[in-house]
Amino acid sequence: MRKYEIIFVVKPDVPEEDVDKLITQMEGVVTGTGGKLEKTEKMGRRRLAYRVAGCREGFYVLFNLEGSGETVKEFERRLKVTDSVLKFLTVRVDEELRRAEKFKALRAKQEARRPRAKAAAVPATPADLTQG
Amino acid sequence: MAEAKAGAGPTERAAKKDATGLTGRKQYFRRRKVCKFCTEKIDVIDFKDVKLIGQFVSERGKILPRRLTGTCSVHQRALTVAIKRARNIALLPFAAAF
Repeated sequence: MRKYEIIFVVKPDVPEEDVDKLITQMEGVVTGTGGKLEKTEKMGRRRLAYRVAGCREGFYVLFNLEGSGETVKEFERRLKVTDSVLKFLTVRVDEELRRAEKFKALRAKQEARRPRAKAAAVPATPADLTQG
Repeated sequence: MAEAKAGAGPTERAAKKDATGLTGRKQYFRRRKVCKFCTEKIDVIDFKDVKLIGQFVSERGKILPRRLTGTCSVHQRALTVAIKRARNIALLPFAAAF
């Protein structure tokens, strides 16, 4: 099971109820294909950085989910078929999160070691200066 | 001449050392640039965080080079990916409209 983040943009002229309907529909897709839903978020209406299909604005929706490639495949197929969706982007996030976790652990370790390192560095500096 | 040069050597070196420590008697001094992501301990550079990523993009929408922003190489690479993702989903422009 991998973690994915799928973001998609809905046309701005679609009423909010329809966006909600689309979201529940997509949630059904995730659970129906054996995926696990972590979070869905409506990021709201935003200005697009460039025009997409004549639209200057878009309604951003974010899905965080856990699942296999099949889930994502079906999800993307549905998005492609849906006319009100302007754009979508899928990002696999589990590896990045794991790396971030590792960095965090490493930093905690360094933090614990720091007081000793500082004490060692202080007497060394005057000697360096006289040498230079 | 040679002596003067030799004499200038150590003080110059000392000044350089000072400059890295944010003092120094050069007429101008540039603040030492440090990686924003390292100092603020941002591990994952999120493509959705336009406010943060937008700082590393020029007015024309280009990715700013490391030599201007001071970002470290690890984070510059991650930043590049994030900016490209943001462009793909229309959060950032590929090229500014003029």
